[in-house]
Amino acid sequence: MVELFAKLDQFPVTLKAWIMGVLQGFLPEWTLPLVSAAISITPILAVFPLMFALTTVIERKGLGRIQNRIGPNRVGIPLTDIRLWGFGQFIADGIKSLIKEDVVPRAADKVVHFLAPIALLIPVLLTYSVLPFGRNMVPLDLPQTGLLFFFAVGASTELSVFMAGWSSRNKYSLFGAMRAIAQMVSYEIPLILSSLTVVMITGTLSLTAIVQSQSGVHFGFLHNWHLFTPWGLVGFFLFLTAAAAEANRTPFDLPEAESEIIAGYFTEYSGFKFALFFLAEYLGLFAMCGLGITLFLGGWLPPLNIAPLTWIPSWCWFLGKLSALIVLFIWLRGTLPRLRTDQLMGFAWKFLLPMTLINLVVAALWYLLRDSLPLYARWPLCFAMLAVPYWLLGRGFEAKFTKREYRFAN
Amino acid sequence: MLGTGILKGMAVTAKNFVGSYHDSEHPLTTSEYPEQRIAPKENARQFPFLVHDTEDAMKGLRCVACQICEKECPPQCIYIVKSKDKRADYKGQMQLYPVTFDIDLSVCMSCQICVEVCPFEAIKMDTEFELSNTDRFGGLLVNKHQLAKPNEHYRKIHPTEAAVSDASLAVEVAKAQAKAKADVEAKAKAAAEAKAKAEAAAAAGPIGTAPTAPAPKPTAPAAASAAPPAA
Repeated sequence: MVELFAKLDQFPVTLKAWIMGVLQGFLPEWTLPLVSAAISITPILAVFPLMFALTTVIERKGLGRIQNRIGPNRVGIPLTDIRLWGFGQFIADGIKSLIKEDVVPRAADKVVHFLAPIALLIPVLLTYSVLPFGRNMVPLDLPQTGLLFFFAVGASTELSVFMAGWSSRNKYSLFGAMRAIAQMVSYEIPLILSSLTVVMITGTLSLTAIVQSQSGVHFGFLHNWHLFTPWGLVGFFLFLTAAAAEANRTPFDLPEAESEIIAGYFTEYSGFKFALFFLAEYLGLFAMCGLGITLFLGGWLPPLNIAPLTWIPSWCWFLGKLSALIVLFIWLRGTLPRLRTDQLMGFAWKFLLPMTLINLVVAALWYLLRDSLPLYARWPLCFAMLAVPYWLLGRGFEAKFTKREYRFAN
Repeated sequence: MLGTGILKGMAVTAKNFVGSYHDSEHPLTTSEYPEQRIAPKENARQFPFLVHDTEDAMKGLRCVACQICEKECPPQCIYIVKSKDKRADYKGQMQLYPVTFDIDLSVCMSCQICVEVCPFEAIKMDTEFELSNTDRFGGLLVNKHQLAKPNEHYRKIHPTEAAVSDASLAVEVAKAQAKAKADVEAKAKAAAEAKAKAEAAAAAGPIGTAPTAPAPKPTAPAAASAAPPAA
């Protein structure tokens, strides 16, 4: 039984090894690295876009339920009465966007306008190459630079966003692009600083090594996830906030605020190019969630080191945690209204940045006190060192409701 | 503290989410339209229809082709052609009737002014809204056959309004009947008086021209006696 689960756990790896073994027989030597890369890429290109497709339906259904509506539940298998609870919707949407006319504005810079969605999607897909999806399952293991590669490639999406906004020659596109740049640049700093704590503690930039570092066990059953440390707990929520802003998710979706600037930087895109923007946005969110899982939620490790949980294949744990985070983001989208630009910037620079800096100090303290203080003293001390600044910094952002005085009406 | 508001909000949305599956406290505000239908509200209105009273819709149309609605219609979507002949309306009065009565629903803006100006309770607002049509010109130009609907339909869709309308029509009918009765009585009286006078004249002497001149006189008081119920 356990062996079977172990086999299932390593199934993608063994499958790839088997295919490579078969192909080695009759393919020339120089093609083998390319074939190996193609085989590694295939599951990424299959799983995550499918997950995006399902997320669009689940998101619409979830938001509908949050707003006391039913949500999409009609589209199933065509020409039958089978409705599949509306999960045929994404296929219909995909076909629709494929056969829609591709309208390019006459004044647009045609080349840049064409390249922008592609230049957005490629870096987003590249970020997946360093994420460890399961035990021994990382397409590109960069032992020295994994995390750095993720952020470097992820940051280049900003250029594509501005390409789209600038080349459209539309005021709304340009507004959206400028908002996006301002927001992404501002939130990249807390995003990277909150991840740096993990690098400080583990002493490595390799994402596989970071997952391995969380495999230690507390009290005999609790895995040593970074989430269970004070700096990890705070760091994870700081990371999630910054990730939401990086991925243009509500409440930080100003770059594509429908009520203000139509669709922001992709206003002038239609048909499949629009779908590519949509896809890139969701894949970016999934990649950010995947990084958050790798850094703080133990990657593909189960939460408890007890028998039935460890049997479940590691990639199932990764996808399960990813789904949970996606649900959290849908829930947040159904709850929070959009911020104003000044609130967005104020929040990044006056709250997130100081908190991440304090978190760095606390992580350093946590590391230095590891031998001199027992866990039960170290934990509350470090947590208090984060909770007090949180309270102090947060005071400025609370909604101030005072009774309104109507001087002339009274 | 910062964040408590977010948590409260998330609790509210979670409650809504779960509640939407158990229809007790948070019933869904939408329904699945073609299968589930909400009964139309009494105040609902879409486009006008013509009320008729008898089995044969065309004979019982209340419309007398006075063309007030046609003239008052702001978007000019009504087209009426008057008849050459007359026929008895519900009161028994001889009236014209519409040979053609068309409404272009693509133009109509559902303002209800035609209903408000109609002195004959002949045009009312319908609640029918499933009017989609593949012919956007001819299909939305409806004629009097399509517009005619019985008074029972009106009573069904707008019961309160229909009761008021029926009551005012009943008053009109009663008035007409009272007037007709008074007319008949007056006529009989006048005839009796004329007869009496003629007899008296015949008894007095053969003056042939005398009875014709005083004959209209008694009808004036008869008309006056019929007037008070009208006021």
